[in-house]
Amino acid sequence: MKLAIHGLVRRFVDPGGGRPPVTVLDGLELVTGDIGSLVLVGPSGGGKSTLLRILAGLDVPAAGSVAFDGVPLPHDEAALRAYRRTVGTVFQAYNLFPHLTALENLLLPLVHVHGLAEAAARERVREPLERFGLAAHAHKRPAELSGGQKQRIAILRALVVQPRRLFLDEPTSALDPEMTAEVLEMIGELRAAGTQFVLVTHEMGFARHVADEIAFIADGTVLAHASAADFLDRCTTPRVRSFLRTTLPT
Amino acid sequence: MPRWLAHTIVVAVFTGLIALAFWRVGYDWNWSGVWDYRQKFLQGWFTTVALSLAALLASTAIGVIAAQMMRSGIALVESAARVYVEFIRGTPLLVQLLIGFYVVASAVGLENRYVVGTLVLALFSGAYMAEIFRGGLDAIPRAQLDSARAIGLSPWQTLRLVVLPQAVRIVLPSVAGQLVSLIKDSSLLSVIAISEFTLNAQEVNSFTYSTLESYLPLAAGYLALTLPLSALSRWLERRFAYEAA
Repeated sequence: MKLAIHGLVRRFVDPGGGRPPVTVLDGLELVTGDIGSLVLVGPSGGGKSTLLRILAGLDVPAAGSVAFDGVPLPHDEAALRAYRRTVGTVFQAYNLFPHLTALENLLLPLVHVHGLAEAAARERVREPLERFGLAAHAHKRPAELSGGQKQRIAILRALVVQPRRLFLDEPTSALDPEMTAEVLEMIGELRAAGTQFVLVTHEMGFARHVADEIAFIADGTVLAHASAADFLDRCTTPRVRSFLRTTLPT
Repeated sequence: MPRWLAHTIVVAVFTGLIALAFWRVGYDWNWSGVWDYRQKFLQGWFTTVALSLAALLASTAIGVIAAQMMRSGIALVESAARVYVEFIRGTPLLVQLLIGFYVVASAVGLENRYVVGTLVLALFSGAYMAEIFRGGLDAIPRAQLDSARAIGLSPWQTLRLVVLPQAVRIVLPSVAGQLVSLIKDSSLLSVIAISEFTLNAQEVNSFTYSTLESYLPLAAGYLALTLPLSALSRWLERRFAYEAA
């Protein structure tokens, strides 16, 4: 994928009008090469999650443009919904529908959004469930699953519709280290299989492992952007260096 | 101890105490006078069932609509729903029935007291339903709506497949309680001379002068409606039960 973002602006306005509007993305620019994976890092509140939501078609910028492989993202809700059906998104937590079993969560988009017959949908999810060791948990409700299992089912749900790319918003930050490892391992496998994704994460060691390019986002703009190795080892931007010192294991 | 046995023991003890009280005051039973009017009880009971059923369906619809209005984000629409709910919940059903029938219905030329009574009852119960539904809808986390949008569900699909199944579980106990109240509140329709269960029991009492013999069947008749409703509600709760994740 080749991602091109120009002049992206997003403000949040207080509906009560009491507080002044907050500018979360402030004319953000980012143009990548033809890459398989982009990792967004940076301080909390810097705008990376908002950026990911816009890329995933869940939020609309006030100004600016976003294009994947030269195709601009639409702005109207109907076209955005059609766009969202072609990509997959995984959030930090609470992805799954608690009233449905893991299997039903996987079937829902296939049957109701992508028009597969129930039997065809079951056939579609059978192999991925086994490959990622989740078949035994297919008939459990989310409350009966561990955090790592929930998140892996959520990733599968985004994946089984065969999206063009995945958007992952801090998929491990609500998990303990052991569960983090099993989710990261799954993402790593997907990366090896050629799945394209944009990932927001604090796991810098993992970013080195899976990222083609890394962008550092703070104060609503891109402060640094480079290939993974250049970013982690040779970036000279002081703010990035101090960020890496506090997050990278040495 | 099995649940049915516990219930049986409690009901037996309770009935025994009541029977003891009756024995102590030496009440002189006269069931034969009331028995002659059994048709009247039955007719009143069926009227109550029909009125309650109609008001129950209408109040559910009113509650859903008013709840959506309160969440619409349009100031005038939200205000209309809010004023309706506060006004209805803040005033006695008795007054609403009298004004509804003798003023509003007369003014618009609606003369069928059964229709008017059912409508007023539905509007009354609908205000409580609206608050129950609003609470249920508000309790669905925003992240669920995000998830629904992310997989490409339409707003209607989101409501049908994600929001309602979760909201139903949340509101079910309160809705069942409200329906039980509605059935009992229908007894007030007697003030606009609707020939329902309570009015017929009052009439039997005035014919026979057997007060308790007239009103005890009344209590039993309402229980015959409300107990199955409670049982149905508990069964539905078990069916929809799951832990929130």
